[in-house]
Amino acid sequence: MAIDTQTVKRIAFLARLKIDDDKIEAAKDEFNKIIDWVEQLNEVDTENVRPLTAVNETKLFCRKDEVKEGNQSDKILYNAPAAEYDYFVVPKVVE
Amino acid sequence: MDITKLTLSETLQALKTKQFSAVELTSAYLQKMDDNRDLNAYVLETPETALAQAKQADIRYAQGTPRALEGIPLGIKDIFCTKGIRTTSCSKIISNFIPQYESTVTAKLFNDGAVCLGKLNMDEFAMGGSNETSFFGPVVNPWQKERRLVAGGSSGGSAAAVAANLCAAATGTDTGGSIRQPAAFCGITGIKPTYGRCSRYGIMAFASSLDQAGPIAKSVEDCAILLKSMSGYDDKDSTSVNKEVPDFRTSLGQSIKGLKVGIPQEYRPQGLNEEIAAQWDKGIEILRNAGAEIVNISLPHTKYALATYYIIAPAEASSNLARYDGLRYGIRVDGTHLDDMYINSRTEGFGREVKRRIMIGTYVLSAGYYDAYYRKAQKVRRLIRDDFIKAFEKCDVILTPTAPTPAFAIGDKEVLKNPINMWLNDVFTVSVNLAGLPAMSLPVGLSHDGLPLGLQLIAPAFDEQTIFKTAAVLEKEAKFERLK
Repeated sequence: MAIDTQTVKRIAFLARLKIDDDKIEAAKDEFNKIIDWVEQLNEVDTENVRPLTAVNETKLFCRKDEVKEGNQSDKILYNAPAAEYDYFVVPKVVE
Repeated sequence: MDITKLTLSETLQALKTKQFSAVELTSAYLQKMDDNRDLNAYVLETPETALAQAKQADIRYAQGTPRALEGIPLGIKDIFCTKGIRTTSCSKIISNFIPQYESTVTAKLFNDGAVCLGKLNMDEFAMGGSNETSFFGPVVNPWQKERRLVAGGSSGGSAAAVAANLCAAATGTDTGGSIRQPAAFCGITGIKPTYGRCSRYGIMAFASSLDQAGPIAKSVEDCAILLKSMSGYDDKDSTSVNKEVPDFRTSLGQSIKGLKVGIPQEYRPQGLNEEIAAQWDKGIEILRNAGAEIVNISLPHTKYALATYYIIAPAEASSNLARYDGLRYGIRVDGTHLDDMYINSRTEGFGREVKRRIMIGTYVLSAGYYDAYYRKAQKVRRLIRDDFIKAFEKCDVILTPTAPTPAFAIGDKEVLKNPINMWLNDVFTVSVNLAGLPAMSLPVGLSHDGLPLGLQLIAPAFDEQTIFKTAAVLEKEAKFERLK
C-alpha cells in the first residue's frame, strides 16, 4: 500500500517533527521502501497466535502507595531549559 | 609492563598483591585515553572523579576491605545516567543533560568499587550499527585504525575502548545486537544477559521490551565478574526479575562433555561470508573435540526477525522518545506556540536515523495501521520466541556467527545507500532480543585481511551459566589474540 506525501506530513506532525517541503518526496520514497520491506510479515500465518507483549510473562506486583522520594523540585528542575518559582516555564497556551 | 593490557581479573589480582596501586592504574588508563583521542571512543572524560575513586580504592586495599571491583577503571556507555556527570545518549537533544540520579547498573558497579573513567560514544539513542549516528561523530575501530573502519554499534565507544585498552572493561546496552556486534567487530567479548537480569532504571530507554544492559570486556571471565555485579532485582524496574544471581565464574572451566550444541540451519543462508562460515565451523569443531554433541536445529521464523524488530523497536522508540519535547530537559527551540516549540526542538535535536525510526514507529502505531503492522509484528514475535523454546528441547546452547561481515569502512556508500542495508547487520542478533534470551559474542579468529570475527552463543532464559561454560572452552581453544 503506497504512502503519499500527505500521509508523510500527517505522520511527521503526529511525531512533532518537521520535514522541509523540498525533502518530502525523498522522505516519502524512503518510507515506502521501508514499509514495503516490513510487509514481508504478511507471508506469515498468524491465525490464532497471541501477540507477545512481554517476554517475561511474570505478574507485576503492587507496591505500597506511599511516597519514597519526595521534595526534590530542585533536582527535577535542574535540567529545565526555563524555570521560575519552582515551575517549568512553557510558552503561553491560553489566549 | 603496560598495565592497561591486563584483563580485569588479572588486574584485580595485581591490585590485591599490591603490584601497583589503584591510582597508578587509573593514571595509566587516563594517559592511554589521552594518547588515543583520535579513536573518538570517549565523549566525556572524568579524570577527577576517577582519581578520587581510585584514592578511595587504595585506602580500601590498605585496610584490607576491598570490594568485588575495587579500583577497576571502567568506561560507561553514555546511555547510563551518571549522577552529576553529563549524559547525552550521544544526541543533540539532550547534549546538555546532567542527571540528578544514578542508574541502578552503574550504582551497583561503583558500590562494588569500580572507577569511572568517563562516558563512551554510541549511536544516537543506541539506534545504529556503526556508531555513525552519534552526535559526537563516529568511533574509529582500533584494529588497523589507518583504514578508518567502524567499531560497530550501538556500543561502538565501549567496544573500541576495551579493545584499545582505554578502560579495563565497559558497560554496554543491547536492543538488537548493540553489545555483541561491536564486540565482534573489535575482537573482544560481550554478553547481553536475559531480559530482566539487569535493571533498566536510569538507562535512557530506546525499546523497553528489548533493551538490556551488559558488560563488554577483555575475556569471558571478565564478563562473568562484571555481570555478577551488574545483575539483580530492582524495584525501580518492574521488568527486572527477582531471581538469585549466580556466581557466573563458577561455570568457567567446567566440562562440556555431553553438552548439546544446536546449529541452526537458517543462520547459514546462501551467500554467507565464507570466512565467517569457516570460523563457525572451527567453533563447532572445538566444541565437538571437547566432548559436546552437535545437533542440527531449526529456527524457521528467523528470516522474519529483522522485519519484526524494525516494527517493534521503532514503535517503542517513538513512544519513549516523545518525552524529548524541549519542556523539562534538553534543548529548547522556541516557537510561536506550544506545538511549534515541540516541533522546532525535536526537529533540531534529533538526528536523521532517530527521526526515521520515530516516523516509522508513529506510523505503525497510528489509527488504522496498528493491527496490520504492530499487532502483526507482536504475533510473529511470539513465533520467533517459540522457535527457540522448541529448539531448546533438543539442545542446551546454540552457536552461530555474531555478524554477517567483519567491520566495514566509516562512510561506506553501499551500506549508507539504503537504511535497510545497515539494519541487515543485525540479522544474527535481533532474534535473541525478541525472545529475551541471553547471548554472548566472543572473538575466535581473523579475516584474511586481519579483522576480528566473532561467534555467538545463545542459551535459554536465565541460563547464562551454560553460555559461560561453553564460551570458556571456545576462548581457551581458539587462542584469539587481543589487539597488541
